[in-house]
Amino acid sequence: MSGTTLFGLCAAALVGLGLYGLICQPGALRKILAFNLIGSGVFLLFGVIAQRGGGVLALAGTGADGDPVPQALVITGLVVAFAATAIAVTLLVRLAETSARGTLEGDEPAPPAPAGERRP
Amino acid sequence: MMALQPLFAAWFADLMDLGGLLLVIPLMLPVVGLLLALIVRGRSLGRFALALLLLGLTSAAAITAAVATGDQALHYQLGGWAPPLGVALKADGLSAVMLLTTAVVLLGVGIYAQRGFQVPAGLPETRRSLAFWTLLCGIWGGINTVFLGQDLFTLFVALELLTFSAVPLVALDGRPETLAAALRYLLFALLGSVLYLLGAVLFYGTYGTLDIALLADLIAGADTLPPAVPVAAALMTVGLLAKTALFPLHLWLPPAHAGAPPAASAVLSALVVKASFFLILRIWFDLMPALLTLTAAQVLGALGAAAILFGNLVALRQTRLKLLIAYSTLAQIGYLFLIFPLAAGGSSVALTAGALQVVAHACAKAAMFMGAGLIAAALGHDRIRGLGGIGRALPLTVLAFGLAGLSLIGLPPSGGYLVKTLLSAEAIGTGQWWWYLVVQAGGLLTAAYLFFVLSQALSGPRQPATPHEHPRLAQQLVVLALALCALLLGLLPLSAVDLLDIGRPAAADSGAASALLADAWSLDKLWSGLWPVLIVAALVIAVRYRQQRKPVEPEGIKPTAAPGRALDQLDSLLRQWPVGGLLLLVLVAALVQTMLVGR
Repeated sequence: MSGTTLFGLCAAALVGLGLYGLICQPGALRKILAFNLIGSGVFLLFGVIAQRGGGVLALAGTGADGDPVPQALVITGLVVAFAATAIAVTLLVRLAETSARGTLEGDEPAPPAPAGERRP
Repeated sequence: MMALQPLFAAWFADLMDLGGLLLVIPLMLPVVGLLLALIVRGRSLGRFALALLLLGLTSAAAITAAVATGDQALHYQLGGWAPPLGVALKADGLSAVMLLTTAVVLLGVGIYAQRGFQVPAGLPETRRSLAFWTLLCGIWGGINTVFLGQDLFTLFVALELLTFSAVPLVALDGRPETLAAALRYLLFALLGSVLYLLGAVLFYGTYGTLDIALLADLIAGADTLPPAVPVAAALMTVGLLAKTALFPLHLWLPPAHAGAPPAASAVLSALVVKASFFLILRIWFDLMPALLTLTAAQVLGALGAAAILFGNLVALRQTRLKLLIAYSTLAQIGYLFLIFPLAAGGSSVALTAGALQVVAHACAKAAMFMGAGLIAAALGHDRIRGLGGIGRALPLTVLAFGLAGLSLIGLPPSGGYLVKTLLSAEAIGTGQWWWYLVVQAGGLLTAAYLFFVLSQALSGPRQPATPHEHPRLAQQLVVLALALCALLLGLLPLSAVDLLDIGRPAAADSGAASALLADAWSLDKLWSGLWPVLIVAALVIAVRYRQQRKPVEPEGIKPTAAPGRALDQLDSLLRQWPVGGLLLLVLVAALVQTMLVGR
């Protein structure tokens, strides 16, 4: 298995884990972390694409190894993801301060407890 | 008078010499506002933002004039660097019209918000005022970049700027429920933007560029597309659908509107959701026009049709005026997606209809949200059942609300009438009559709830109620002006409609839309649009009369009907987070499937 395939699979796994967390985890903090997992997966995929040497250099036929453009884009993407996380955490902290709540399900009925669980 | 004409000609020539450089102004003004807001602060910030918005309107008008007189798109390369490494800006007719609409609506919101977000004399400065005006500048900058950018990654950054500015606006008053709504909106929008970014990465991995024009050439020139390309297109489309809040991905929209200030709701509903829709247009019409012939276009059309019917029916069930308008937005977004199956034949009429719908809905919905804000401030609540007497207390506002509603229903001479005429003609012309039925049914349902609201507002006590808070005349006039913009859009000369075709690659049948519209003013056409609405009006009056006879009446329009309750349950099910998230993934799979099979 070549390095690019391995990293590509890692990226897919990260995106998959993140999607699961973002959709299924009820806690808002876990959702925020899951979003960061997806983001990491996408950035890793972009790194794989850069390593594969696709992109502008291949178009120009220089035959150079690796492509620097995705790195510049990933750095911008990291800044955006950082800003998103900061806003989300700030909102969550304010929400916890004002209402002692940590989930998003506000006006919706709470999902029923799993059948296996037994209340003491 | 004779001397003026050469003067104008010379002015336009100067404008054309500036050319692409004009495109930098709409990007710079908001950033100037964002940075200087921290210095200006305090009592003069509202005025300062208003001055910038006026400059913005001037620059948008100049760009539109330059595009119209030059009859071609304006181009600009930032720093003189050409794509694929550089970032290009482009304003075709479509972008120019969107820029102008944004400038008009934001100026309206800016005037309206002078009162709500000023620092009262004698009191210390609040964070609320500073936050509102800087966030408004952020939204303005993001949306202008979305309309002008030509690079998929630049567009991603612009979308994020837009989302990050729109989310805190929702939670401006800091109550727990608005904070939860903002967090919900942010996380769902982030899910959408990460899917969009994944698609952009796949495009880069396949073709080594993110410039829309270069990508379009590469894709059009290829004999067979690698499978990564349809997957990327599907991911980007669904990511943008989540931000546009197309049914069934609308889980963030109703709670976000429920607690947001009226000015924020107006911006959110009129402009913010349109930016992501505009990017879907760029992907489907500019980047990969071949997608339109596939079954995937029918999927988008079906979602749009479902949004029209579902949104309007749920709007009928609402008890709060603001939520009624929010669900009406859900329905009006649906019309935007009917254009995808209708554009399959390569005609530009459907795209023109979509752009007109964006403009008409932006003006009408901004007017309605701000009007509802004035009504709620005057009454102290916005329950539809309690609107009685407001027609006497705030006649101008209720008039504006009704006029904006005419555009949503699609009655002549409004912008909505043009949209419905074009969509209906295209649906019949391409043999897809089912979309025609949806368009007509949507108009009638809209008429039902708007007439219900108006009949409540116009009835009530003979003595005008003393309002809690009397709105300023300027606020009422702004709401009326925006409503009139939507209403009188249909009276624009037909050449204005052709402006939308400028700079489009496939303008083979340019002028087809204006030819169809020239036909729209015959008496029997006008009458055939009018009589079903009159019947709905009569029905609403009859229902109201029956309800008035019964002394005790529960909330809602038909609260006890079983189908209505089922509808409410379906809506609350769709708005649960896991359901919305799974539907998002299902949609990606469905679009990928239809794109791969149809190739």
